[in-house]
Amino acid sequence: MFTIPNFAPAAPEMFVLGMACVVLLVDIFSAKEKQGQWAYILTQVTLIGAMLLTLRLASYSTVVTFNDTFLLDPLATVLKIFIYITAFVALLYSRAYVAEREIPNGEYYVLCLFSILGMMVLVSAGNFLTLYLGLELLSLPLYALVALQRDSALGSEAAMKYFVMGAMASGMLLYGLSMIYGASKSLDINQIATYVASKPMQQDMVFVFALVFVVAGIAFKLGAVPFHMWAPDVYDGSPTSVTLFIGSAPKIAVLGMAIRLLVGTLPSLHIQWEQLLIIVALLSMVLGNFVAIMQKNIKRMLAYSSIAHMGYMLLGVLSGIAAGYAAATFYIITYALMSMGAFGMIVLLSRAGFEAENIEDFRGLNARNPWLALMMLILMFSMAGIPPTVGFFAKLGVLEALISVHLVWLAALALLFAVVGAYYYIRVVKVMYFDEPEKIEPVTTTKDMQLAISVNCLAVLALGLFPSGLINLCRVAFAS
Amino acid sequence: MLTNYVPILVFIIVGIGVGLGLFTLGSLISPKKPDAAKLAPYECGFDAFEDARIPFDVRFYLVAILFIIFDLETAFLFPWAVVLHKIGWFGFFVMMAFLSLLIVGFIYEWKKGALEWE
Repeated sequence: MFTIPNFAPAAPEMFVLGMACVVLLVDIFSAKEKQGQWAYILTQVTLIGAMLLTLRLASYSTVVTFNDTFLLDPLATVLKIFIYITAFVALLYSRAYVAEREIPNGEYYVLCLFSILGMMVLVSAGNFLTLYLGLELLSLPLYALVALQRDSALGSEAAMKYFVMGAMASGMLLYGLSMIYGASKSLDINQIATYVASKPMQQDMVFVFALVFVVAGIAFKLGAVPFHMWAPDVYDGSPTSVTLFIGSAPKIAVLGMAIRLLVGTLPSLHIQWEQLLIIVALLSMVLGNFVAIMQKNIKRMLAYSSIAHMGYMLLGVLSGIAAGYAAATFYIITYALMSMGAFGMIVLLSRAGFEAENIEDFRGLNARNPWLALMMLILMFSMAGIPPTVGFFAKLGVLEALISVHLVWLAALALLFAVVGAYYYIRVVKVMYFDEPEKIEPVTTTKDMQLAISVNCLAVLALGLFPSGLINLCRVAFAS
Repeated sequence: MLTNYVPILVFIIVGIGVGLGLFTLGSLISPKKPDAAKLAPYECGFDAFEDARIPFDVRFYLVAILFIIFDLETAFLFPWAVVLHKIGWFGFFVMMAFLSLLIVGFIYEWKKGALEWE
């Protein structure tokens, strides 16, 4: 006989699933001209509800349920909270953008909700099957979201590339996971960890072999070199509101996956995955920062910058110490915040029929709207890692972790490439402040958008001035 | 060890037997009045020998995709029905939850007009 499992830890997931169905039905039965409005409101209510449920369930201990396939630990809780926040803000930015364009409104929000559900399952996975389920549920709606603007040839191309690359990444990851399963006879993350730790080193070959594929899969999903090829095209081709969604919340979830797989499943192979990640991180920082310099399109520039940022984030993971993981989590959360702000700014400057996609479009923004220019300045400084913005503390955290495990040479190189990166971020600032605009026309935006972007950018500044709260929160996630 | 595979061997033999038997029966006792249309290998209403890369209606894909979903649903229902007495009410309600998710999708596709050909 079956015993009834404890459903409580998965309450936020079930709530989001139920609400996603409700949103779908409400939207399809609402009047044509009202379509999207209810879907938007209900989606945001869902995120707030899920947030409250997660906060209610939050505890310092680990709860497992569904035959150990689902776990709720501090890490999952912290990542979920920030997934909700980033998704909430991303949808806030998307609303006007989606309504003005030929994008199916209701479906947009439903697909976002399903993707968020996938992220939640992914960070809570205690078993390879749950992990893969979460990963696919996260990715599949994203492919559809990229293609949602059906008349756009660029969008279709981007969706096709994203889908093929994503499928390949899933295949790689699955191949690696199947090897681990074959060698350890288990799909459970904790059981595998105990099994691998108990084996003598020379019998590890199959795990090392599998590890290569697992790391490749993770790098694909993060968009880290040498598996970054999809990122610029997808960032560029998708509707900007989708780009800002792809560039924020899923990255947080994939970090969760990386930690579950590397730290949770194969901690005893740290020496091996450290070497792999050093290569991936180094290449990402080099290629991301150097290629971004040459970009004229700001979406492509931010795509390459995201590649570089993923490199920095991986520095924290590869250090192999709890402080490093916490620094990586801090990095990814703040990166999501910054990237959302930057793409939000593009959304804000765009209007129906015009996309502010080129760096040239930011020319003389200071003359057109000084406040928005200041906000963009904060974002760019933060991405470059200039104090007192939060980007500085993010970089400081990962470098600190590297130095404490005696990888000083890597920290020095990372610092060097951060200087390279500063060039193209500051160029945007230069274009905004010192170049003459072609014609001085005020930026037309809605009040709530402007408020949202101001809060977002000021949060980047405020977290830079008072980072300790968020740093402590990230440390709590890895306290056990 | 190998005795574990005996059922599979039996299965293969029965499978081949049934397949061959039906073919032989068909060729022995069926009336034979061939014409051009009957002899042509057929596939979904397309001409058998022409370029496969012709544009055809995207609605075929839609129907096929919608069909697959409900086809798989049936595939799930069979093993569930077999063990229902073991998994009890919990198993029953889990399947009902799954079916209601599918129904939500069904309502959506119906209302969207995906089921109408014109």
